[in-house]
Amino acid sequence: MKFQKILSIGVLGTAMIAGGANAEVRDIRIGVDVPYEPMEYRTPDGELTGFDIELGNALCAEIGIQCEWVVQGWDGIIPGLQARKYDAIMSSMTINEQRREQVLFSDPYITPPSAWFAPMDAEIGTPSDETLEGLTIGVQRGTLQDNYVTDMYGDVAEVNRYATADDMVLDMDSGRLDAVFLDFPIGKSTLLESEAGEYKVVGEKITEPVEYFGEGFGIAFRQRDQELAAAFNEALATLKENGTYDEIYAEYFGD
Amino acid sequence: MEALMNWLEAQLADNSIFTLQTLGYYGEGLVTTVQLVFLSLIIGLVLAVPLAIGRGSRHAWLRLPIFFYCYVFRGTPLLVQLYLIYYGVVFVEGIQDTWLWLILEKPFVPALIAFTLNTAAYTTEIFRGAIKSTPRGEIEAARAYGMSWGLMMRRIVLPSAFRRALPAYGNEVIFMLHASAIASVVTIMDLTGAARFVYARFYAPFDAFLFVAAIYLCLTFAIIYFFRHLEKRLLAHLKPASG
Amino acid sequence: MIDLHGYGPRLFEGALITIELAVLSLILAILLGLATASAKMSRHWWLHRLGTLYTTIIRGVPDLVLMMLLFFGGQIGINMFTDWLYYQFDVDIFINVNEFVAGVVTIGLIFGAYMGETFRGAFLAVDSGQIEAGRAYGMSHWLVFRRIRFPQMMRHALPGLSNNWMVLLKTTALVSVIGLSDMVRVASEASKATREPFTFMIIVAAIYLLIASVSEWGFARLQKRYDIGYGEAN
Repeated sequence: MKFQKILSIGVLGTAMIAGGANAEVRDIRIGVDVPYEPMEYRTPDGELTGFDIELGNALCAEIGIQCEWVVQGWDGIIPGLQARKYDAIMSSMTINEQRREQVLFSDPYITPPSAWFAPMDAEIGTPSDETLEGLTIGVQRGTLQDNYVTDMYGDVAEVNRYATADDMVLDMDSGRLDAVFLDFPIGKSTLLESEAGEYKVVGEKITEPVEYFGEGFGIAFRQRDQELAAAFNEALATLKENGTYDEIYAEYFGD
Repeated sequence: MEALMNWLEAQLADNSIFTLQTLGYYGEGLVTTVQLVFLSLIIGLVLAVPLAIGRGSRHAWLRLPIFFYCYVFRGTPLLVQLYLIYYGVVFVEGIQDTWLWLILEKPFVPALIAFTLNTAAYTTEIFRGAIKSTPRGEIEAARAYGMSWGLMMRRIVLPSAFRRALPAYGNEVIFMLHASAIASVVTIMDLTGAARFVYARFYAPFDAFLFVAAIYLCLTFAIIYFFRHLEKRLLAHLKPASG
Repeated sequence: MIDLHGYGPRLFEGALITIELAVLSLILAILLGLATASAKMSRHWWLHRLGTLYTTIIRGVPDLVLMMLLFFGGQIGINMFTDWLYYQFDVDIFINVNEFVAGVVTIGLIFGAYMGETFRGAFLAVDSGQIEAGRAYGMSHWLVFRRIRFPQMMRHALPGLSNNWMVLLKTTALVSVIGLSDMVRVASEASKATREPFTFMIIVAAIYLLIASVSEWGFARLQKRYDIGYGEAN
């Protein structure tokens, strides 16, 4: 009886050491919030696709591991990573200081600006306290755009917060929103190129101040998974060099 | 006032979540929640009285539509009703060009309509049960006095039905308060909306949601207390004589 | 025929998730309800207090807030625990609080409190003379529970149980807000993508009504079974 117990502890110990040894190149799960066209979205039959998905798959192939995508709402995406529900987040997540306290970021893999979008016939000048006064502005809850708009214009304009970008577009279509503030590529694909209505970009594309807009989108890992982050950084550099990155980029953003 | 604000600011200085700004969101959220719940309950109550009378009518053309309305609104989730009304009104042809859009544009009124229709359906059923259980003797007595149907309803049936319905209606009020939490899914910054904002901004689920849970708990207690008090006053004659 | 724009199969899967979620939470709620009812009728004051605290808190806070607290907070709470295990003992386990589990646990917890009240009333309604008679026959506590208290209690509990089930069924819609792909979530995604909210939401409403009607019929049959031996008059 006693012998058995010792044996089983011994086996457990070995298994753990073995698990620890190849931790850096194991297969991983990646968390993503959909839909966020064209970065990540689903076809009607439920298949995931988008820039993040394709780039992520290419990165995994380059590293030589299998990657499985796990869909997770934006609200719970960082807690999900820490709960080991998945091992990485690749979901248009902007690198910024607040998040750096929670997660470890890869190098930025794309740096899109944010922009204001409004209906074609809207007469909004360059966004400012005066031009936005009394308007209703849509943002996605908990995004850097939410933080920026809340802090800069929360006092003069009404800020409506949405769970997904889709909800926001629908309310803009119906006339409930006067303007939305979005990642530029997402606005371009869901508003400018959509069939629903006629929209335009208002003012300049915005990338400053860095305290809000960060340094671009990064892949997020748990703080302790430094080897994993290093492997992704290396793979990203390789894909940028051999042209694979440009191919995927052209497919989703190419003109 | 200013001194108070300064004091509050000093108290809040060493925490990064409950700042004056976020407490302001919770405060506004409280006002919105109370407005939404109170208005929908009042309008729902006003609608429910004639509906409950009609629900027991001898005429099928009156009884059946009300039955159907209650069945549908009590048998489906409020969330589905809210989605249907909030997103549905948009697709009514040309509504954006009418005056109606002025009030339907903001999320408050669509949510109010959904909540009102929902609570009216439940309240109708509560009242119908109370009206049905009116003691036959009371009705016979009213008839014997030569009261018309309308007078009997007003003087005899409804007042006693209201009293019998009170405990069940108290529960409905609490249910409505809790159900109103879904207003945040159509961007209304009610109490839950404020909590979701604070959570998403600071990744602090415990602080954000426990705080708001405590507020809801206080509101619930206030409602329970209010109805106990009301029952004590209105139902005093039904209590067994103490001895 | 109604055009579902290819969302038919996902809507069907969503309906299955709704039903699974409702049934599993009902089972959890019944177990918790029985435990709460026993705690509240217990001779130990602290068990009684615990039961009261549980029902008071659950019935004082909105379902959605509890669900978010459990789903978002529960995950962080468990992280703290597994991280501690990892740093202390190098044990790398991962406990997954997915939306489904969070949904079942929250709905089960909420309705456990309501079930507790239902069961308590029903247990109290069982004639104590019958329990004494059982004891006099030399039946054990457990046997008295199984043969006398439970079957008779069920007769009194069924109306409340069926009512709780109807409310529980509708509460499952809230999981769509925390991201579980139940039928409400699928319908709302579909109606936004196709811009046809009426089509999808009305289908979902009809499915809810269908489930409610079927269960109403089922409960009526159960009631008949448990009513055997009692007059139709009451």
